[in-house]
Amino acid sequence: MAAESPASKLPQRLLYLVPVLIFAVIASYFLWGLNPERDPRAVPSVMIDKPVPEFDLPPIEGMAGPGLGSADLRTGEVTLVNFFASWCLPCRAEHKFLTMLAEKMGVRLVGINYKNKALEARTWLAELGNPYQAIGADVNGRVGIDWGVYGLPETFIVDGTGRIRYRHVGAVDAYVMTEVILPLVRELSR
Amino acid sequence: MTRKRRRLYMVLAGMLLLGGAAALVLTALQENIRYFYSPSDLNTAPAGRSIRLGGLVEEGSVKRQDDGLTVTFRITDLAASVPVTYKGILPDLFREGQGVVTEGTLGPGGQFVAREVLAKHDETYMPPEVADALKKAGQWKGEGAE
Amino acid sequence: MIPELGHFALILALAVALVQGVVPAWGAHRGRTGWMALAVPSAYLQLLFVALAFFALMYAFVTSDFTVVNVVRNSHTAKPLIYKITGVWGNHEGSMLLWVLILAVFGAAVAAFGRNLPPSLRARVLAVQAWIATGFLTFSLFTSNPFMRVFPPPFDGRDLNPLLQDMGLALHPPMLYMGYVGFSIAFSFAIAALLEGRVDAAWARWVRPWTLAAWCFLTGGIALGAWWAYYELGWGGWWFWDPVENVSFMPWLMGTALLHSAIVVEKRDALKAWTILLAILTFSLSLIGTFIVRSGLLSSVHAFATDPERGFFILILLSITIGGSLLLFALRAPALKAGGLFAPVSREGALVLNNLLLSVACATVFLGTLYPLFLEAFTGAKISIGPPFYSKTFAPVMAPLVAAMALGPFLHWKRSDLMGVLGRLKLAFAAAAAAVLLALYLQGGPVLALIAMGLAAWLFLGALLEWAGRIKLFQTSPGDSLRRARRLPRAAHGMTLAHAGLAIAIAGMTASGAWKEEAVRVMRPGEQLQLAGYTYTFDGVQEFDVDPRKGWNYTSTMATFTVTRNGRLVARLTPEKRLYPVQNMPTTEAGIHTTGLADLYTVIGDSDGKGGWTVRIFHEPLLPWIWAGALIMVLGGMVSLSDRRLRVGAPTRRRKAPLGAAAARA
Repeated sequence: MAAESPASKLPQRLLYLVPVLIFAVIASYFLWGLNPERDPRAVPSVMIDKPVPEFDLPPIEGMAGPGLGSADLRTGEVTLVNFFASWCLPCRAEHKFLTMLAEKMGVRLVGINYKNKALEARTWLAELGNPYQAIGADVNGRVGIDWGVYGLPETFIVDGTGRIRYRHVGAVDAYVMTEVILPLVRELSR
Repeated sequence: MTRKRRRLYMVLAGMLLLGGAAALVLTALQENIRYFYSPSDLNTAPAGRSIRLGGLVEEGSVKRQDDGLTVTFRITDLAASVPVTYKGILPDLFREGQGVVTEGTLGPGGQFVAREVLAKHDETYMPPEVADALKKAGQWKGEGAE
Repeated sequence: MIPELGHFALILALAVALVQGVVPAWGAHRGRTGWMALAVPSAYLQLLFVALAFFALMYAFVTSDFTVVNVVRNSHTAKPLIYKITGVWGNHEGSMLLWVLILAVFGAAVAAFGRNLPPSLRARVLAVQAWIATGFLTFSLFTSNPFMRVFPPPFDGRDLNPLLQDMGLALHPPMLYMGYVGFSIAFSFAIAALLEGRVDAAWARWVRPWTLAAWCFLTGGIALGAWWAYYELGWGGWWFWDPVENVSFMPWLMGTALLHSAIVVEKRDALKAWTILLAILTFSLSLIGTFIVRSGLLSSVHAFATDPERGFFILILLSITIGGSLLLFALRAPALKAGGLFAPVSREGALVLNNLLLSVACATVFLGTLYPLFLEAFTGAKISIGPPFYSKTFAPVMAPLVAAMALGPFLHWKRSDLMGVLGRLKLAFAAAAAAVLLALYLQGGPVLALIAMGLAAWLFLGALLEWAGRIKLFQTSPGDSLRRARRLPRAAHGMTLAHAGLAIAIAGMTASGAWKEEAVRVMRPGEQLQLAGYTYTFDGVQEFDVDPRKGWNYTSTMATFTVTRNGRLVARLTPEKRLYPVQNMPTTEAGIHTTGLADLYTVIGDSDGKGGWTVRIFHEPLLPWIWAGALIMVLGGMVSLSDRRLRVGAPTRRRKAPLGAAAARA
């Protein structure tokens, strides 16, 4: 190759550039693949910073209380709205953290019981305890669709004027409770 | 010159190999791509072809047939729901209300015959395709309702 | 207090890495011995700090310190001690820390055993290692701090994903990481060589043992992962061409190519630029593997803990590392003096073919893995690629490779005689034909499986014949053969073992894939089922409760099968369905008995509520050969590592090669 003519040198140099160019293409695909629109975990809710959808739900059949409606979320107090159901296993896991939030940390917590049979929901609440100030029964899941709920559990933070400010998809755990929800509730309450 | 010629042969052989491999890859890709559908757009799916269907397992829909092996359930994206039959052992994390992806073919009468049911190892997981399908379905419903 | 110390140690490690990345590299550039010499102590110091951080986290796990978020999320007081320890890396933050720890261990190993390296090369290699460490330490500290605290601490943790509470999967990540990270050494050597502008036989000799060690770990890690999937998922399969599996397989393919091309650099002073490129690509694929698993980029059923935000950070890290090194390659590699050309029929010709086919095989896997992403980017369609894609593309590329693999070692350097070699392989031909006929007689088709069995026999005999020819087995007295065997370099023994191991594994993969038998049925206690000549009697089901004294942090539904053949007891199998109450998550434990020639594999499903249970039974012919083959391959790698030629580096008073020792411990 010592006898290589200078003319053939340039194409050869270009050949060595091929790997880095291929990588650039692949990396740009990766970048595209990471865009938040595609991200299944933090599906950005179209509802963020919008007023809560109008709804008025009855209480769970056989339970005392007034049920839950959108008017209850415009009381001037920051409220945690939690979608739950007895058939949802992560809901069971997050229950103790929600209880802690409501009972130990004074956060106003309301629940929307999503596509759940009344008896099962009552049994579930009787077994684990009922931390919710009010519960609305969304038997056919209609309200859930309005809120953009796509799986359980989901938890929304609604400010005093009835605007949705944050949405958490999946179970609330110790970390989410202390590092995400509490600081935000405190901030919004100020 | 022989050096150059030999080099040329080597390059040619390499190209041939790459070309062959590329042809192989392309034909195999054609045959083995499985498109992903959600219950709402399943009616656009070709019948008889292997596809993937994803969504949430509708609660209260899982039933075991009398033979003890066949399971029927419905997969929903909250906008539409599709009946599914599956014969075999369901994955450990298959649960009502949880995200699931099934692979199989669309049978007559809109019944989806699943050959494989995939649920993820991590229980708070929602397969990205499922999340996406549900999101689309949810928004579509929202617009339609107005 | 301890977690803060760990956090602080991690910060110090980052500081050390910055110094190690800058000063020795500058010293090498300016020819200052003192600056270059700083590389060694800083590599040690870095290991010290990272190890401190790692053990601080382990301490938090073992003592169930629930003020640490990571412990809360991944541990539980009722968890057995061993899984408290392995839980350290059973999560994103901890596994990153393990990654960095292994990187530091490898760095310190280069510092310790690279005394014979030219000072400038050693300084540069360690500096490049430090650059990598800087990137990952920054990542760890800024996006995945494992020492984050939580107040008030919860009463108990959320427990480790029960699927991870298993020895196979507990050891899988460390092994895999040692493979991935081990390739960083080859990478650092490649970058250092590009900076120096010099690649020679000595360079190849220094790179080989590190690559070989990484290859051994990666082989073991992949095999362990496949084994885990086999007995834990209850699907009767061990490899699903899932993206997460593929990303660990691609560095293996490239690493194997690198291992072989480095020989050509060493012996024939050729293929230099290509070898450098391979070293870069191998480590790049390892990084991409880490990235894809964590970013949620591709949907996989296996991936744990994904987080796209971190994915973005890793992507930046990747772009700098891979893009930068490939750019450096584009700039500096053309200046490397090319070696001579060579005849197609020669040892080096065969090794080039090996590299070509392995690269093409890797490319097909890469395409299959990422095609869904590409297509989605263009059309928005969501697709997945079925496993048949791989059997249609990967297998046809591997077949000629395996066929040529038996020939390669017979060929001489520079020029060889193909006909003569084929003549010496008559016995292998006969064995291949016999294997095909035997498979045809026992199973019938399919044709492709018959061919694969023939290839496996061909390769196995080919490897043995080459070895037998070297020691003149049966051509001279047994004593003489033994003497020759002793004098034969360990690397030659190692190659024979590795090739033969692959042959055994191929036989296992083929047979278990093509001739697997399966029965799914509802059985009542006392009922019998026939499968592949074995009679399975379902004896019933027992329930076991949580029992901390026995280390059971789960409830178990255990079935018992009595397996007989021709009336004689073969085995009692006890497949289980476990439920881990903390996470309320069920897992499957398959009941497996191996006869050496086949696995009898049972899984218990759900009750039908009327006294019957869904059971699934597989008969998997030759499946245990996969694990045996993988073990023999790793053994071959280790034997090869113990070759004296590969440790020219080690000073004579350190006769026990560090690598051999490290590999032996694994």
